Amino acid sequence: MRRALPLLLPLAGCDTVQSMTGGDGRQGALFNDLFVIFAIVTLVMLALVLTGLIASIFRRHPAKSSVPGENDEARDAPFRPLLIGWVALIATGLLFLTTATYLTDRAMQARAPANRLLEIEITANQWWWDIRYKSSKPWQTIRTANEIHLPVGIPARITLKSNDVIHSFWVPNLAGKQDLIPGRRTDTVLEPKRIGVYRSQCAEFCGAQHAHMALDVTVESWADFNAWRVRQLTPAPAPATPLALAGYNYVTTRECASCHAIAGTPASAQVAPDLTHLASRRSIAAGTFPMTRGHLYAWIADPQGAKPGNNMPVVGLEPNELHSVIAYLETLK
Amino acid sequence: MSSRFRVSLILLAALASAGCEREQRDPRGKPLPEDQSNVAKGDPRDNAYENVSYQLAQGQRLYGWMNCTGCHAHGGGGMGPPLMDEEWRYGGRMEDVVATILNGRPNGMPAFKGRITEQQAWQLAAYVRSLSAQPRQDVLGSRPDKMSTTEPATISEREKVVDETPALPRDEKD
Amino acid sequence: MSVMSGKELPRDGRDLEGTELHERLEKTWGTPPGLWAWISTVDHKRISKRYIVTALIFMLLGGILSLVMRVQLATPESGLITPDRYNQLFTMHGTTMMFLFAVPVMEAMAVFLVPLMIGTRAISFPRLNAFSYWIYLAGGVLLWVAFILNIGPDAGWFAYVPLSGPEYSPGKRTDIWAQMVTFTEVAALAVSVELVATILKQRAPGMTLSRMPLFVWVSLVTSFMVIFSMPSVALTSGFLLSDRLVGTQFFNPYEHGDALLWQHLFWFFGHPEVYIIFLPGVGFVSHIVETFCRRSVLFYPAMVLAVVSIGLLAFGLWVHHMFATGLPRLGYAFYTAASMAVAIPSGVQVFCWIATMWDGRPRFDTPLLYVVGFIFTFVIGGLTGVMLASVPLDLQLHDTYFVVAHFHYVLIGGAVFPLLGAFTYWFPKFTGRMMSERMGKWTFWTLFLGFQLAFAPMHWSGILGMPRRVYTYPAGLGLEQTNMLSTVGAFAFAAGLFMFLENAAVSLRRRANAGSNPWDASGLEWAVSSPPASYNFAHIPVVSSRTPLWDNRDHLPVMTGLRVDDRELLITTVMEAKPDLREPSPVPTAWPLIAAIATTAMFIASIFTPWAVVVGAVPTAAALIAWFWPKGPETPEPVIQ
Repeated sequence: MRRALPLLLPLAGCDTVQSMTGGDGRQGALFNDLFVIFAIVTLVMLALVLTGLIASIFRRHPAKSSVPGENDEARDAPFRPLLIGWVALIATGLLFLTTATYLTDRAMQARAPANRLLEIEITANQWWWDIRYKSSKPWQTIRTANEIHLPVGIPARITLKSNDVIHSFWVPNLAGKQDLIPGRRTDTVLEPKRIGVYRSQCAEFCGAQHAHMALDVTVESWADFNAWRVRQLTPAPAPATPLALAGYNYVTTRECASCHAIAGTPASAQVAPDLTHLASRRSIAAGTFPMTRGHLYAWIADPQGAKPGNNMPVVGLEPNELHSVIAYLETLK
Repeated sequence: MSSRFRVSLILLAALASAGCEREQRDPRGKPLPEDQSNVAKGDPRDNAYENVSYQLAQGQRLYGWMNCTGCHAHGGGGMGPPLMDEEWRYGGRMEDVVATILNGRPNGMPAFKGRITEQQAWQLAAYVRSLSAQPRQDVLGSRPDKMSTTEPATISEREKVVDETPALPRDEKD
Repeated sequence: MSVMSGKELPRDGRDLEGTELHERLEKTWGTPPGLWAWISTVDHKRISKRYIVTALIFMLLGGILSLVMRVQLATPESGLITPDRYNQLFTMHGTTMMFLFAVPVMEAMAVFLVPLMIGTRAISFPRLNAFSYWIYLAGGVLLWVAFILNIGPDAGWFAYVPLSGPEYSPGKRTDIWAQMVTFTEVAALAVSVELVATILKQRAPGMTLSRMPLFVWVSLVTSFMVIFSMPSVALTSGFLLSDRLVGTQFFNPYEHGDALLWQHLFWFFGHPEVYIIFLPGVGFVSHIVETFCRRSVLFYPAMVLAVVSIGLLAFGLWVHHMFATGLPRLGYAFYTAASMAVAIPSGVQVFCWIATMWDGRPRFDTPLLYVVGFIFTFVIGGLTGVMLASVPLDLQLHDTYFVVAHFHYVLIGGAVFPLLGAFTYWFPKFTGRMMSERMGKWTFWTLFLGFQLAFAPMHWSGILGMPRRVYTYPAGLGLEQTNMLSTVGAFAFAAGLFMFLENAAVSLRRRANAGSNPWDASGLEWAVSSPPASYNFAHIPVVSSRTPLWDNRDHLPVMTGLRVDDRELLITTVMEAKPDLREPSPVPTAWPLIAAIATTAMFIASIFTPWAVVVGAVPTAAALIAWFWPKGPETPEPVIQ
């Protein structure tokens, strides 16, 4: 079935970081196979309908001199077996598709053995993702925001919650989506099969900045994943330069600490993304900007310009404050 | 034909109402004037925050995020005084509440200046005043999408605050 | 009904014919010129024309919004439209198209055509018909004035809670949306009730259920669907208003409410809604195919069964909008099966139409071109629908542009193309003029090709990971090309729509000389003049086949005996259509407008204060009482046959 995959890619470079055609996860690959099956069956049906239509249009209709409406019911009779056959064909096709659906669904739902499962909890907020990696040892729980790292080949069970409105967690390359509904807990399983970087985007309209609520997904080897996990568990480093120290002072005593948390500092508020390892991420503000110095400046100086309506206010930093804050944030690798 | 004409007339009239006052939602917040001496006279930002439901809603969310509930609960008070009644120790106008939030007050109200932005303080003030149903009735939201805390503001019958500030020295400097 | 003393009703009037009959009937049934008559008319033809014009204006407004959206989305990270404005744009586009255009225009076509197709003089409950138009207009104007004042709804046309709830949609925006739903739902229910009563009780003698035209069957089924589904959305929008205005907890999960309750209640209406929009299109297609292929559509019983089964099945599909919400998988399986099963009756119908074209002698005038465009487009949309019915596929495709492509294919292909074909086909009956055939062909091809260019790439946008309802998208995901194509196609499609309207406008200025049956069609509506006189039929026809005008070419049998100087209808039995009763039909009155004004004021004011319901009930009740006040006993006119 994998060989049929090229049917999905009429143009070559369509395998992007946010595309269903990637099939980089187990469920994603099953989806691609099922999609190809459906596409073939439905295209066959479409071809039959269009053939009939075109034939009816271009047929040289016998020049009956009959009065319209004469003898209509008798003329219906030869078509009856054809109609029955057509209905039988549709029913058979649908039955086939339903069976394929059922089998694929069962394959997708197959539970991985529990001891090899990674447990992640994602809480969606307007308009960012709060990520926690669970652990049997509570002091090894990782909190990060707007990014997840996954070890290749190991299933990750993701518990999905929402703090405000309905969102939807969706990594097109890996698997289907699942809604995050306040007051309910849903879950999904991701089983990545290929190393790479992918992009996920919220898939349920959640307000003003629904378009800018993305998540970076990195699939890497087990060794790299563990290295990342260890890095995530280390608290933020102490600032090394005077500029960074000034930034540290600002960030931990002024507006930033009212909402953000940086492990290892007094900033421990939980209502905004965790910034402990901000500089190691690929993007800022839930995928709005790539992580570069210039974009960091733009974001901190004017969050409402980049993502109007989001919940980070315009602080109105003085230039020297801004420089120091950026200098400090860049040390948060 | 005349029916089409009449319908278009109606719709043109509706379009002409574009000249009427429109709701303003400004996520950026209006900048703080340098000169603070006008605060006592009534700040022009009053209306921009007091009677705009979007600002009230943001204030409601900030009320939870900034842990105002820790002392004031959801208006009923605890360690801090209740916010849903008609008694305002330090003044109940918008600018008074903003000053309370930013500058702090004796007996334990912390100063949030430098910890939240001016805009957020105005949003909080608008929400705090809505706890005693001060804004216009059609601006109030009914309930938060959280556990039920107070009777819905839209149908509450709380007493209107007599909008006089008590005779306190008004020389709190920034 | 006549109330008589013991004496026999005088029946010795002379037989009226020709001009004298026409003049007397016109005097009884006609709407004289002037503002008062325009306001108080209860003529179903005039009211339906109002509905159609208003719906077309809303369609244009909604279409302009979509063009603005397409310009915004043509390039990545475009800064043309702010996110708040964009959210209002797509919400208004969807809401306008679904609530203010699609359903009303289909109902309006039925209101005009059904009484003519079944051979009666008026629709049942004509004052309710007038009332429903004013209510519909009020709801539409409410919504659009709100949009202009920057308080248009912005939570999507299906307004999921908690986003549309009191905390996350502050202000009046969603309140206005919810109340607009109330307006349009009252109007739709009113029209459905009238259509059911008219179809079941006012058919011409001899028009048994199995001789009813297919569009009449479709109207009957659609009306029942409205009656069963609209109360669900009325209820749920009422719950939403109540949560937002008086603090109830229907949708608050923290207080034992449920965010999914909204989705269930909305989609229980929302899914039948799309079939309510689609089925009248099916009815149009059947009539156009019959007339232009010179034979009736194959397998009438199968066609009727297909329509009825779609109407029934449509109520069992709604959870397919909720496949990503985490409900039990076993339950989903039923909805997958039902969603796929609905392809079977549609397949039957497509077969019958194509076979009719094969067996008949098709003449590819503009209406039949629209039918061909419909078959092509709708079948593609239906097949992508079959894909979306499968849960594993839907979990990837849900809430992406693949779904946007799907529903535009089925709605524009399945409803708008047939509607435009129907407008072209019945234009002479509405106005007495023919539309330009040459212009019609150009229009069709522009629309068809523009549509394909606009919406086909959206399938690919969705597969490339573009979610719905985003005001912009990042560069580098391959979305630039597909979105640009869609934008160009959208403008081409809009150009086609303008061509259509221009064709209509120019044709209206011609002389009204189309004749009563320019297409040589078979239905009763083609037996009367174009446009019909105010009284529709001078004498009620008697029907003995499904194609009365083809089987009675020289002389259509009629039944005489209805009063001429009073408004009177013939009521027949439900199954066999045997003449049963005479029923008086109401005279023009302004009470429907007054009641509509009172109701409108009450509904709109209730958004601002709950007291409005109490205070507003008084004038509404007064208007309704005046409207329904029983007329005194009449001394009936002698029957002039």
